[in-house]
This record gives sequence, structure tokens and C-alpha cells, in this order.
Amino acid sequence: MTMTHKRDIEFGEPAGRIEELRDLAGDRLVLNMGPSHPSTHGVLRLELELEGETITKATPHVGYLHRGDEKIAENMTYTQFIPYTDRLDYLAPLANNVAYALAVEKLLGIDQQLPPRCQFIRVICCELARISSHLLGLGCFAMDCGAMTVFLLTFTEREKIYNLCEWLTGARLTTSYTRIGGLARDLPPDWAAQCRKFCEEVATTIDEVDKLLTRNRIWVDRTQGVGIISPADAIDFALSGPNLRGSGVNHDLRKAHPYLVYDQLEFEVPLGSTGDCYDRYLVRLEEMRQSVGLLRQCLDRLPGGPENRTNAPINVPDGKIVLPPKKKVLTSMEELIHQFMLVTQGVNAPPGEVYFGAENPKGELGFYLCSRGGGTPHRLKIRSPSFVNLSILPRLLPGSLLSDTVAILGSIDFVMGECDR
Amino acid sequence: MNSTELAAKLRDRLGDLVSEPRSFRGETTVEVTDPEKIAVVCAVAKNELACDYLVDISGVDNYGEDPRWLIVYELYGLAHRCHLRLHVRVREEISALPSVAAVWRAADWHEREIFDMLGITFRGHPDLRRILMWDGYPHYPLRKDFPLAGLPTELPGVAFSEAAPMEGGPFVTTPGVKDAAGREPRARPIE
Repeated sequence: MTMTHKRDIEFGEPAGRIEELRDLAGDRLVLNMGPSHPSTHGVLRLELELEGETITKATPHVGYLHRGDEKIAENMTYTQFIPYTDRLDYLAPLANNVAYALAVEKLLGIDQQLPPRCQFIRVICCELARISSHLLGLGCFAMDCGAMTVFLLTFTEREKIYNLCEWLTGARLTTSYTRIGGLARDLPPDWAAQCRKFCEEVATTIDEVDKLLTRNRIWVDRTQGVGIISPADAIDFALSGPNLRGSGVNHDLRKAHPYLVYDQLEFEVPLGSTGDCYDRYLVRLEEMRQSVGLLRQCLDRLPGGPENRTNAPINVPDGKIVLPPKKKVLTSMEELIHQFMLVTQGVNAPPGEVYFGAENPKGELGFYLCSRGGGTPHRLKIRSPSFVNLSILPRLLPGSLLSDTVAILGSIDFVMGECDR
Repeated sequence: MNSTELAAKLRDRLGDLVSEPRSFRGETTVEVTDPEKIAVVCAVAKNELACDYLVDISGVDNYGEDPRWLIVYELYGLAHRCHLRLHVRVREEISALPSVAAVWRAADWHEREIFDMLGITFRGHPDLRRILMWDGYPHYPLRKDFPLAGLPTELPGVAFSEAAPMEGGPFVTTPGVKDAAGREPRARPIE
């Protein structure tokens, strides 16, 4: 038998294919990152166009977590929507509850009548939420860049916040703590002392994170000069929160338009200088320290004291807005009517429209409420900071390396539950 | 400067294009009478009145009224710290207005969202696609005539259409079979 050997490889071929290969070299690779990728912190999908390892075009795709919250809101009373706000930025549910309650109270025109104790407790809630959100944001940011220890440290502290939340509200995550015109319940006994203890402990952890990262060569190399957002771009894209302040724009709603008792409290607004990932990290780190200071001030100055021995009110004294005490409902006709009306029809809001923006951990969480009177909003629009912050990605990512995407996404610190609503 | 003065300045500059300002709960709203001029009004607000920060754009469906659509722009100036709200009403037959994405780039995604949720088109928008719903979704869910329960639609093809690993198969009980031998998973031969 004779074998005819067929050569698989034409040695002349590669040279012959040079023209073809030259075309290929200029070809751009399209890479899908997400929707299920550890660094997309949820379900963000990025369509990246790469030339080598450099990103030439980035198209974010959002909406994988769209639940139609705004549609749902149009079909229920103002109070019934409070649990839905837990699920916006689910890393800081307390802050969402407060922002939403304040928006509705602004519509009702009772935002100036909130009892001081309620306002102080709400500030405590907001700042606890801020610390919790930044701890997670920094922990994940660092872990995505390879610093595992930071994640373990910050999550240990977050667990304490969750315990405090559970003690205060009955739930770790779905807190639903605020009510229109007040709070669901007062601070439990001994809670303030535990919160104070937490302040001591978290301050130590923040210092530890600072020591682990701020002058860490690898961390500095991964984040400094990466993902630079100029102040002009930050304003043009309406970024908010640490992402805006990381670029050196001094805008913090707690200072610019103080709500609750922020004008009575002392705190600094940290600002970045270059607007890179490193600056955003520094801003968040310092914000946590400021939040610890705010927590301490609130606990010191809490009207009625931590145990509320003087029975300072936590709700607006208006039975048409806040549910009357159960004891009175069972004995008094008027309170019974109020209770019935509130439960069946909700608070009677006047026709009109308001926008209220609160400085949430991720940025400006705003609620636009359009009312035609009655207990249901005609339109409720959520201005979610993550949605707006992510819109800068097509501008920010091109030109950086693929591996920097992870650092940039970590430093933007977004939550898809809030982005997609 | 406060927001009432800001609104007055806008009216001085543009005349009847903007209405008398209205105040409610400390916020000022002016109505832009001609939706075709919204981009012009926004450019003036940004360049001459330093409203450099576009907080939000929302769309409201006033179903059963004419004009049906109300578009709400929340403007803010970081320098003067004043908030101003612009209203534009668009008729249902038109359902389109000029885009302001060239004035503030923040408007890009907000306008896409309104297009997605209400079906209003923005002329001159750089990339008007659905943003929260998927491409090819046939409805506009935030319209008042769209039911809360939703409408059945064709879902885009999913990657896995075969039975999931624990769906059926040798370990799962079959309900509705009369005798235990039929229900019992181990009685069935392995496929």
C-alpha cells in the first residue's frame, strides 16, 4: 500500500496570509462584561470594544433588575410604598426610608413640624446607612483589586450595623423604619449605648483600612490616575455624592440645603483634587469618619436622652397623618375614624408637586412627587444616584485598560437595585 | 438669588416663551409654552443663568387630558444653589420634542428612560434606545392605560431553553399519577 502524504500545513501560507492578518490586527474585539460578573456588583452589563487591552468604546446595558417601582407607586398609598424604598439602594435602606418620608412630608407641608427627637433619630439612621454603604463599597472595591483583608474587616463591622438595624427595626435589610410624619418605633432600651460602642469599634476599623490601603503600593498603582473625572464632566453628567466630590466639586445636600438637623451638627465635607479612583476612595474613607462624628453628636444631643425618659414625641401630633395610638383608637371615635381613613385611603395629600433630594451614601436620591390630591401619588419619579452616576461610563471607560474597569466600577460604587428601580 | 428671582430672570430674557412662575412648598415652577423651544430655553438657563446641573427629567402621563404628556425638568445651579422646575406639555398626536442632551449630557439617559417608559421621542438625541426594558419590547409601561399586572409579550430568546437539571429526571416525583410506583422517582427507568 502506498501512502500519499498530504501536507496539512502549507509552509508558504503564513506569508501568504499576511495581508489577511494585517486586517485582523486592526480588528476590535467586543467583550461582554456581565450581567453576572463579580465586579459589576449586581447585574450591570458592559459591552466593551477593545483594541488590544485598551477600551475604545463602552456601552452599559442596565435594566436587568427593573421591577417597575414607579408604576407600583402609582397604585398604592404613600405609606405602602415605604417597603419598596428599602429595595432601592439595598445597602442603605434606612437612608432611603428617610429620604422618601421627607419627600412625602414636604408634599404634605409638615417637614418643619417633625419633632426634634424624630429628626435626630433619622440622622442617626442616615449616617449608620452611610457607614454601612461605604464599608461595603470600599470592601468590594478593594477586593476587586485584590485586597481581600479589607473586605473581611469591613464586613465584620457591617455585621454590627445589621445587628443594630435588626434591634431597631426588626429587620436587617428590609427596615421600613420611617412612617409619614415620624418613625415606626422609638429607640429600644440600651440601643444608644450599643451604637456608641459601635462608633468606637468602627473608628478603629476605618483607621485599619486606612493603614492597609492608603499608602499601599499596589493599591496606589491600581487606583491613582485611573478613571479621572474632570469637575466639568462630573457636573455635566450630574454626578452626585462621593463621585462628584471626588472631582473636587463642593456639593453636599446636607450642607447646601440642610434637612433634618444637619445645620445644627458639625461635620466636614471631604473633597478630592484629581477625581481619580484613589480620590473617590479617600473621600469615602473620610466621609465614614465624619459620619461617626455625626453619630456621636446625635447620640449626645438626642432630645429626651437615649432612653427617652421625658417621653419626647417621635411623631407629628396629627392623627390625620400618623396612626393614632391604639389605646385611643379603641376608646375614642375621632381616632377610630382617623385610623380607618389612614389605613384604607392613606394620608390626604394636597394637589401639587414637589421634588426632594437627600444626600444618600451613593449620591442624591431624589423623589419627584406629583399629586392630584388623595392618598396615592399621580406620579412618583425616583431620581436614583446610581442610574445617573453610571451614565458617565461611556465617557469614562474609553482609553483605559480592561483591567482598570474593575477599579473604576468599584470606585463609582453603584447599586443596580436603585439604578433599575 | 433665590429661585423666584431665577424664574423672573428667565422670563425677562425669554418673554412669553415661559409662563408666570408658580410657587408651591418653596419650589418655583415655570411652564415653557412651546415644546419646540425647550432646548433653547434650557440652553439659556444653562449658559446665562448658570443652571449647570440637571437634576432630573421626569415624564408624567395625564391620561385623558389634552395635552397628554407633561415633561418636568429639574434644574439646579451649583454656584447660586437655586432650584428651578420647567414644565413642558406635549400633545399625544405629536409625542415628540427636541432633546436637551446637547445642553447637559446628563439628559441622555433620562430622555432614554422617558422614551422607554412613555414612548415620547426626543429629536436630536444621540442614541435613543430603550434603557430599562429590552430592545423590541412593544409597550410603554408607565402609561396610565398600561395595566399594573402587565401585558403578555414575547420574551427575547433565552440562552437555555432545555429542561433544567432537576426538572423532571430520575429524582423528581411525578404528581398526578395514581399509584405510588408511578409517582416514585426510583420506579422509573433512568432515561
